[in-house]
Amino acid sequence: MNFFLEVLIGGLLSGVMYALVALGFVMIYKASGVFNFAQGAMVYLAALSVVGCMEKGAPLWMAIILAFIIMTLFGIATEKFVLRKLVNQPPIALFMATIGLAFFIEGLAPMIFGSEPRALELGIVDEPIPWILDNWNMVISKFDLVAAGVAAVLVATLALFFQYTRVGRALRAVADDHQAALSIGIPLQHIWAIVWGVAGFVALVAGMMWGARNGVQFALTFTALKALPVLILGGFTSVPGAIVGGLIIGASEKLAEIYIPPVMQDLFGGNFGGIEGWFPYVLALLFLLVRPEGLFGEKHIDRV
Amino acid sequence: MLYREAGQFKTTYAADQQLFPIRQDRIGVITLLVVAFLGVPLFASEYWFSAILIPFLIFALAALGLNILTGYAGQLSLGSAAFMAVGAYAAYNFQLRIEGIPILVSFGLAGLTAAGVGILFGLPSLRIKGFYLAVATLAAQFFIVWCLTKFPWLSNNSSSGVISTQQLIIFGHELTTPVEKYLLVLSIVVVMALAAKNMVRSTTGRAWMAVRDMDVAASVIGIRLMPTKLLAFAVSSFYCGVAGAMYAFCYLGSVEPDGFSLEMSFKILFMIIIGGVGSIMGSFLGAAFILLLPIFLDITLPFIADLFGLPFSSATVSHIQITVFGALIMFFLIVEPHGLARLWQIAKEKLRLWPFPH
Repeated sequence: MNFFLEVLIGGLLSGVMYALVALGFVMIYKASGVFNFAQGAMVYLAALSVVGCMEKGAPLWMAIILAFIIMTLFGIATEKFVLRKLVNQPPIALFMATIGLAFFIEGLAPMIFGSEPRALELGIVDEPIPWILDNWNMVISKFDLVAAGVAAVLVATLALFFQYTRVGRALRAVADDHQAALSIGIPLQHIWAIVWGVAGFVALVAGMMWGARNGVQFALTFTALKALPVLILGGFTSVPGAIVGGLIIGASEKLAEIYIPPVMQDLFGGNFGGIEGWFPYVLALLFLLVRPEGLFGEKHIDRV
Repeated sequence: MLYREAGQFKTTYAADQQLFPIRQDRIGVITLLVVAFLGVPLFASEYWFSAILIPFLIFALAALGLNILTGYAGQLSLGSAAFMAVGAYAAYNFQLRIEGIPILVSFGLAGLTAAGVGILFGLPSLRIKGFYLAVATLAAQFFIVWCLTKFPWLSNNSSSGVISTQQLIIFGHELTTPVEKYLLVLSIVVVMALAAKNMVRSTTGRAWMAVRDMDVAASVIGIRLMPTKLLAFAVSSFYCGVAGAMYAFCYLGSVEPDGFSLEMSFKILFMIIIGGVGSIMGSFLGAAFILLLPIFLDITLPFIADLFGLPFSSATVSHIQITVFGALIMFFLIVEPHGLARLWQIAKEKLRLWPFPH
């Protein structure tokens, strides 16, 4: 039972890390209807810029600010030079453009900052919390808890930003209906630039967390692949959906990794580890068959 | 002047319905085939066959498969490489486990196996659309590759799922040289491309296009969505499966599941974006472009580096390649969303009026 709980909590906490990446997707999708496949690449770029600036001698806080500036400029440039030219194209074309964007970043970022894997020191250690280990005999990482806290703060900030600021209201209006928003005088292009800036900020937070966890390396781009099942489970348009989806995916993935391979081994023989790669996708897929718009997604109505 | 259909009267239905109704097109296609079957084997070197022409044809076939699904039926798939893997492993197993089965039959069966798997993973398309479906096809990508790695039976108990393909024997003759393999691949690709060209203008193809443009409207005018979508998945996977079988048997000779990675799926997707979504010819143009671009960059980048005195490592070259790929995809989507095939069409329209445009 203890072991089960330990796996479950570990899974939930790693689910928070997935949700961090998924949040960036949701932001952009909500506001501009673009499914941004490049979010993973942006996470990589953000983490690389922090490490790159620190290598040039900047202290951590300055590196973070510089990285934030880089991400914002990058987001604005993307909006201006790529997406604005693709207005009125079918959403699938926009999606494919973001795949191109992902490749572009994955090539460009290591050219500027170097491609060798590096460590990112945030001053939080990835070790079990002693008193939980003593009292309940469970290994819960301090780092995971901090990451969960950061995610909670981030979500709360975003929620407040969306709910109570002028820009946030404009963002929600744009998300609801582009044309209606335009017609009441909301400057669409500024809003999109802000959205990409915010998505860059979310990518920065996710990049620092993931980078501190696994080192800053090319594999960070795969965080996007981890976030996709979270998205389809939670629904593309919902911030709480991203969090809940992340928790479900994280927990079920870790539990499945522990409990399914031995069963399969009994049935077929051989080694069946590594199901983490596809299990979230199959889970999300099965879920979609029951609820095609995801947990919190808006119900889709087709009009002819 | 050269390309004008004026004066070509069609007096029978058969003449009106033929695959290439314009005489110049017919002559062009026949010339191309003659050059490909007779001219190229005379002049091309071994390197050209095994490093450029054979992979080009195989990837063109895979791109054609994806184009049927994405370009004609409008269902975006990110799992084409996985269906190629199914084809490769199926062909290997048919050869291995059925005594004396002809290689072409096992290619065909491999295609059918891939089609079956394609239908299975196409089932969600009945409920979900667009991005959700694209993400769902990723499930196919990861799951299939994992299965091929983990079930030792599929790769005849070889370590980490690597298979070495059997000999290619056709009518008692063993194909060993690249030229012979090239001719085999070329014949299969030509037959399948013509079949695809025919299919997309038939009732089936028109139904696919109706579903692509708006599936609710299509179902309102009486197109049954389920068979139409599943057929698109089946045909597309069949093409990818045969391409995968040839990829293993005629190109590499030894493949591993991880070789059919997500990156390869993206590469095939890029081929159809650059070549032209919803165009048979675009698949070929796109495959040629995507395969030749890295070779071109490999040759020119060191030269440019020398010119400016920049030190380029091989890592930098590969980064530049990825960057250029990404930039080109965005460029094409912005400037010419219908790809190279559209440019060719524009050229033909210009040729029609040349030398006296209005």
